[in-house]
Amino acid sequence: MNDELRNLYQEVIVDHGRKPRNFRKIDGATGIAEGFNPLCGDQLTLYVKLADGVIEDIAFQGAGCAISKASASLMTMALKGKKQEEALALFGRVHDMLTEGPNGEVKPEEVGKLAVLSGVWEFPMRVKCATLAWHTLRSALEASGAQISTE
Amino acid sequence: MTKAQTDSATTLGLEQEHAGLNGAADFDVERVRQKFPILSEKVYGKPLVYLDSAATSQKPQGVVDAMSRFLLKENANVHRGVHYLAERATEAYEGARAKVQRFLNAGHAQEIIFVRGTTEAINLVAQTYGKKHVGAGDEVLITAMEHHSNIVPWQMLCEETGARLRVAPINDAGELLLDELEQLIGPKTKLVAVTHVSNVLGTINPVRRIVEMAHARSARVFVDGAQAAPHLKIDMQALGCDFYAFSGHKMYGPTGIGALYGRSELLEEMPPYQGGGDMILSVSFEKTVYNKPPNKFEAGTPNMAGAVGLAAAIDFLAGMEHDALAAHEQDVIAHGMRALSQVPGLRLIGTARDKISVLSFVLDDVHPHDIGTILDREGIAIRTGHHCAQPLMNRLGVAATARASLGCYSTRQDIDALVSGLGKVQEIFR
Repeated sequence: MNDELRNLYQEVIVDHGRKPRNFRKIDGATGIAEGFNPLCGDQLTLYVKLADGVIEDIAFQGAGCAISKASASLMTMALKGKKQEEALALFGRVHDMLTEGPNGEVKPEEVGKLAVLSGVWEFPMRVKCATLAWHTLRSALEASGAQISTE
Repeated sequence: MTKAQTDSATTLGLEQEHAGLNGAADFDVERVRQKFPILSEKVYGKPLVYLDSAATSQKPQGVVDAMSRFLLKENANVHRGVHYLAERATEAYEGARAKVQRFLNAGHAQEIIFVRGTTEAINLVAQTYGKKHVGAGDEVLITAMEHHSNIVPWQMLCEETGARLRVAPINDAGELLLDELEQLIGPKTKLVAVTHVSNVLGTINPVRRIVEMAHARSARVFVDGAQAAPHLKIDMQALGCDFYAFSGHKMYGPTGIGALYGRSELLEEMPPYQGGGDMILSVSFEKTVYNKPPNKFEAGTPNMAGAVGLAAAIDFLAGMEHDALAAHEQDVIAHGMRALSQVPGLRLIGTARDKISVLSFVLDDVHPHDIGTILDREGIAIRTGHHCAQPLMNRLGVAATARASLGCYSTRQDIDALVSGLGKVQEIFR
């Protein structure tokens, strides 16, 4: 098996892709946003419950590939209880990891469990799959409710 | 079986797969493959297995050489100059038009309009014929298996004019329900737009019968031939349709060139598409007199090298004995249907009785994109996603499919590589 593929599809990713965590609706969400990847037709709805600038609850629903579902699942786990600014700062670090890989400034340990997504860097066509949930998070936080697109 | 189908490759049914190990003995696929330099490229150190010809076909050396010769030795603007090169270029361009006419068995060369591709052809018909003849309360009928390009231009037209877009249904195998389609053609139906071959399912639609149904109720018929042109014998006299369009790049020619066939009497009375040079007879600030078809629809300097490349692609196709090519392609697809249906957890999408060139499938709960990425690292190129046919995906109840599609150069070995690649997918997602 190709090493890059093994890095991309780590067991954690396959597991979260198949059994995404926080895969549900949130009644009384303060922000809901929909994200589409027009290239693939991947779609997800992200629910955020903010209280005093803290993400009290976060969950998603939708259809997509293993990378996009695992990324959304891991994101929700990482963000529960985090402040809004912390969440966006983490997005910045994750984005750097996904697009720059080892050439970037962010070391995998700076993103915690999300480091399992570091293999995506080797697959430029799949970066959008991994960032979809995060872009959607930003809209949910902005409580715009508008559909955002990765293009 | 209709006349249109009898004319095509479809008579070579799946039962012929048992004709022998080499189902198409008189087709030398190795010789064909040698004409496509890209097929000897390596991808991630592995031999390229190109199974994405429905997205775009690869190009034979002859097409590239013809374009290069034109650009290096004959280039000048067409229909304008009196000098030697202008004459050579005009001859090459109009010669390409005559070649397309023969390729489609159209009655006249002026029934052939060069366009960027099938998408532009559909927009042209919608914006000219459509705007003139489709009004408020009228109907345009399409089918559930259309590509976005044969949906959106008609939707735009309907929005502008107040007409209604109607959709003929399909069955679970991906075949048109002809009785329902016929029911949907009424006195308000001005145009029926249907694909000849589905880009997702490979289904060959019975165009001749649809034309008869539509003409019996005075509706015109547009046929999207993008997926048919590389595989079937296309005959305007046999099909009897009013408009037919195809793209060069899906039939071994270059991108940016395609052709629209339109019946002379319709083209004559249609308003022009875009305004500019070459589409006029005379211009003053008070009044412009438009040129005759096809020039009326070809404003501006056309894609001359593209037309030359398209002509070379037609020559390339003509250089293969059609029945032998069709038998070869049918042999590979039959092998593919058989081999894929034996992969555990795999479900074929599109199992029409009359089908060619496309193998769509889903595999367990593995998303097609993940399949595509893993196959890619094995050197296997397939398409994954909704294939620009989201309404069809909804009808089939899938978000996306993986699609392997064939060209004249495809082999049983390509299919075997695909099947073995799917084993790798299952290894990762076990």
